[in-house]
Amino acid sequence: MSFLEYAPAPESRSILNLRDGYGLFIDGDFVEGTGKSFTTISPADESHIATISAASEADVDRAVTAARRAYDRTWSKMSGRDRGKYLFRIARLVQERARELAVAESLDNGKPIKESRDVDVPLVAAWFFYYAGWADKLDYAGLGASPRALGVAGQVIPWNFPLLMLAWKIAPALAAGNTVVLKPAETTPLSALVFAEILQQADLPPGVVNILTGAGETGAALVSHPDVDKVAFTGSTAVGRAIAKEVAGSGKKLTLELGGKAANIVFDDAPIDQAIEGIVNGIFFNQGHVCCAGSRLLVQENVHDEVIDRLKQRLSTLRLGDPLDKNTDIGAINSREQLDRIRALSDIGEEEGAERWSADCVIPDSGFWFAPTIFTNVQTSHRIAREEIFGPVLSVLTFRTPAEAIEKANNTPYGLSAGIWTDKGSRILAVADRLRAGVVWANTFNRFDPSSPFGGYKESGYGREGGRHGLAAYLAPGSSAPRPRQTALAAGATASASQPPSRTPRAAKKGRASASRGSGAEPQKGAKR
Amino acid sequence: MSRTDLQTLPERAVELLGGEPDDTTLRRYLHGLAGVDAVGLEQRAAGLGTRSIKTTSKAWALDKIIGLMDLTTLEGADTPGKVRSLVAKGLKPDAADPTCPRVAAVCVYGDMVPHAVAALGAAHGDPDDGLVSVAAVATAFPSGRASLEVKLADTADAVAAGADEIDMVIDRGAFLAGHYGLVFDQIARVKQACRREDGTYASLKVILETGELNTYDNVKRASWLAILAGGDFIKTSTGKVQPAATLPVTLMMLEVVRDWHRATGEKIGVKPAGGIRTSKDAIKYLVTVAETVGEEWLQPHLFRYGASSLLNDVLLQRQKLRTGAYSGADYVTID
Repeated sequence: MSFLEYAPAPESRSILNLRDGYGLFIDGDFVEGTGKSFTTISPADESHIATISAASEADVDRAVTAARRAYDRTWSKMSGRDRGKYLFRIARLVQERARELAVAESLDNGKPIKESRDVDVPLVAAWFFYYAGWADKLDYAGLGASPRALGVAGQVIPWNFPLLMLAWKIAPALAAGNTVVLKPAETTPLSALVFAEILQQADLPPGVVNILTGAGETGAALVSHPDVDKVAFTGSTAVGRAIAKEVAGSGKKLTLELGGKAANIVFDDAPIDQAIEGIVNGIFFNQGHVCCAGSRLLVQENVHDEVIDRLKQRLSTLRLGDPLDKNTDIGAINSREQLDRIRALSDIGEEEGAERWSADCVIPDSGFWFAPTIFTNVQTSHRIAREEIFGPVLSVLTFRTPAEAIEKANNTPYGLSAGIWTDKGSRILAVADRLRAGVVWANTFNRFDPSSPFGGYKESGYGREGGRHGLAAYLAPGSSAPRPRQTALAAGATASASQPPSRTPRAAKKGRASASRGSGAEPQKGAKR
Repeated sequence: MSRTDLQTLPERAVELLGGEPDDTTLRRYLHGLAGVDAVGLEQRAAGLGTRSIKTTSKAWALDKIIGLMDLTTLEGADTPGKVRSLVAKGLKPDAADPTCPRVAAVCVYGDMVPHAVAALGAAHGDPDDGLVSVAAVATAFPSGRASLEVKLADTADAVAAGADEIDMVIDRGAFLAGHYGLVFDQIARVKQACRREDGTYASLKVILETGELNTYDNVKRASWLAILAGGDFIKTSTGKVQPAATLPVTLMMLEVVRDWHRATGEKIGVKPAGGIRTSKDAIKYLVTVAETVGEEWLQPHLFRYGASSLLNDVLLQRQKLRTGAYSGADYVTID
């Protein structure tokens, strides 16, 4: 027997009180959606988990109306200290139910339980604790005295960190005094619905947070709803671009956290064993489903062979398999669609002449799996060096001098994150200074903290999440006028008369905006971003 | 260093160093090694510590831990009686369970070696053959503050008395003062003193006393230095200085051993000692060895635990696995 074939150590699923079906969480209650319901499956074995309601445009309107009502009647009138109490309560409940949340997350998303248990869920709690502390200190957020909340925030989050992205969105929004309508990704609604139960348990006033499950159309209906004051989106650059177009001129405040193709730069004086760990953590953490993943390894040419050799040896010790096994390092790819994309881009990499190497691991028969893969001999002009693969695939490029490393690292339409590995402190500072990336890690990678702002340059989006900067995305200076709401309320009234939140009011508003532009006046506040 | 000494040095060391092992050459070599990032190292060790070893794997691991143990008594108050008691425990750790494996070795002060050898009798020998070795600490353990002549005599004495393994301490003062050549020379000379009359050598474990070297960079350099000078094992600590063995420092020493194997094909052993008291901790080390250098290192000639109180916790865990219930301290014997 081989010791390294550790006996199975599965986390128990029984802790998760799974229901057969989940409705939409609107106004403090689970209600049936009027859209076509769908099922969520486990990507590890394609087994059915639960039936999930989909929110139609009418449901979206119902949720936004509830959020607006909660904002007007309760949340905007509550003191910061009381809002903070709710957030602290949520944070503590997340800790109490941490194991359950971790199981839900790994089951639905496919990520290894050791990551959901040790990274995702503790960070979720940390995020709520952190912003709970801010709730009564908004005067010190850097926006002058008495900054005001924006109103109703429409938030759309991705499938890679379902619960963590929820926390990144909800915690600052509530701390700042906004109410929320959030849509989790279609393939990973489960942890958000368990979180909704936590909100009930915390006795959060109804309507302050509403959670709508559904596909892309639900998200589109949410961001285009006229009574939403703020849109926050994390996801692909293509969808982000569409949202930016959609909300342009509407006066809605927008933050986008989009794709990335981060450079992880390894200099020849790097602490080699830790750098190898950092490379592994950079691209194989969460199966590479990380927008800030270190997917481009830039390694100094004189240590290239040694680094690759050590990296391959390290990768062969990674354990791919059941996400709920506590010893699993690499879980399942989240969906067939994503797996197809990873396969397609990897094939392109080979066609382009890069050398492909995959760790030798047994791939389970069912479910969506992709072995950790390295491409060497990748050139800057290859597609795998430019496009976000969003999977466990590393593209290795070389450089000769620090100047070349910086040039290559910045030569991307993205700019979300970067990593620097060197023993020389002055080099860390000098290189970090010239990298156009929102987050630069030095001698580490993929580390997150609620007090540290996160966000991108260029096609990686705009706005920051986390820290004091993250609050600014949900606040406006106290002296500024709120976004006009007459038309929005009218739209709400129309929709309640069983019409979808019709295009007319928005069209009218657009017309007005262009008219004011025509008359030489400043465009609406939305342009202030 | 004289020519005759140089000839006895492993040729590979001179070759790797590119010159005689004096302060300058050694400094150039040791300071040219890649640095260690403490945060990253500790993070990796913590990650390895989260492996969940259950059921059959745990049963295997517990037996393995016993078979890799240097059961130790290093007290000023050690007596022949105490050593006999230790040996008896090492031969039959669990009085109630004859299937319980023996420990790899007993570890005692040099003057106790004859007593240990006598107590072991026919069971004295190579742990690979199911027998128990005798390890002796030497070279003015634990401080190492004595002249080279005294250290060599200390070593030769223990070997002559029948010690199979010598646990020497390096001169930390010399190391920290940058006198790498001196440290190298001492290790190489002690290695010579391990020579038996029949031309074979007692295995040499080089104690770095990582708690006094303080930084991971220092430990890494000392590890390379000890291996270059001819150590068969590198060992973390005497157990007399805190911190003694930690998972990160052991991980780093295993990485050095792995790199040495990569460079020369030679396999060097690692012995964490001091501070490992629970089965849970000991299993973390087992995982770290297996995932860093590979499973072939999980054998008595390549990995040891230096411990005194660990054995009883392992025995309690073994009983728990077998019976399904936890017993108590009175169900295992005090040494």
